[in-house]
Amino acid sequence: MIDMEVKDKPTIVQAPEGEKGEGFFLTSMSAAVGLARKNSLWPLPFATSCCGIEFMATMGSHYDFARFGAERVSFSARQADLLMVMGTIAKKMAPVLKQVYTQMAEPRWVMAVGACASSGGIFDTYSVLQGIDKVIPVDVYVPGCPPRPEQIIDGLMKIQELVANESIRRRYSPEYKELLASYGIE
Amino acid sequence: MTNEFVAENLQAFLGDALLHIEEPHGLLTIVVHRSRITDVLKHLKNSELNFIFLTDITGVHYPNYPQNELCAVYHLHNLEKNIRIRVKAFMPIENPTIDTATTVFRTANWMERETFDFFGIVFKGHPNLVRILNIDEMDYFPMRKEYPLEDGTRTDKDDSMFGR
Ligand code: SF4
Repeated sequence: MIDMEVKDKPTIVQAPEGEKGEGFFLTSMSAAVGLARKNSLWPLPFATSCCGIEFMATMGSHYDFARFGAERVSFSARQADLLMVMGTIAKKMAPVLKQVYTQMAEPRWVMAVGACASSGGIFDTYSVLQGIDKVIPVDVYVPGCPPRPEQIIDGLMKIQELVANESIRRRYSPEYKELLASYGIE
Repeated sequence: MTNEFVAENLQAFLGDALLHIEEPHGLLTIVVHRSRITDVLKHLKNSELNFIFLTDITGVHYPNYPQNELCAVYHLHNLEKNIRIRVKAFMPIENPTIDTATTVFRTANWMERETFDFFGIVFKGHPNLVRILNIDEMDYFPMRKEYPLEDGTRTDKDDSMFGR
């Protein structure tokens, strides 16, 4: 049998840095909240084309997205934390995407999966939005056409890193308000 | 029923308004004067020719045909005899109007909207001729051979990077 320390087991989340003592544990609010958020992201898949198929594989048992605490795929924007845009976004779809984003409650993150969502991809043409960052802010871009499930998982882990290290005050900061204002949101 | 039979029938029906007949790859193709388009569609559908199914309407832009730049193309199918026919009508780009086919085939409604959306062909008498696929704010007809294919709003591609 493999002799494994408890801390090596992937099912156990490591505690953030802090002071430990008899019966108590002291850490910052941001670290504790970040830890909780990071391991319970509810993704909203906005899958419009081929990249969405890769996401289905990612959700399946072989790659098992659920390992990251993201098994509850939220098809309601109101309860979602992470908007995953996978596929070509036509210009006609752009207002719909923006509306979905504005319906999400803070804090919210966005991942652009694939070349199309990131930059328009091969569709450098009149009808296709040249990257979703033209209409909503994006946190992580996953390159590839389509990206393999491993890459999507890598993207999610990058998001988790952002989530874990985000200050709980960030969403109230003037910089963040300015970012949203630059997209004409709120 | 053969292509020759259909061609003769149409010749008798249209007379001078039948401008051209050809048979590329065995598909009977006629060019009619645009003023007779509704007549010819009605005739194809209701006479013994029995082309009851309008498969598609589309457009073509020929920038090099003076006064005949735009072409509306109709595909019809006789489902009983399994014979198809293609009907074309040309029009000048300054005045791209043609009568609607919705009075003959109700399915023409969306097809004509699509052809209008992409080629700017105006179907007179159409009940609701507005864009169907592209964004409403679009102020050009993208399938005409007049526009650069690439997106004009693109900022991340310049010639120094792509060697154009
Ligand atoms: S990036 Fe490639 S695989 Fe993904 S949606 Fe676009 S064309 Fe399809």
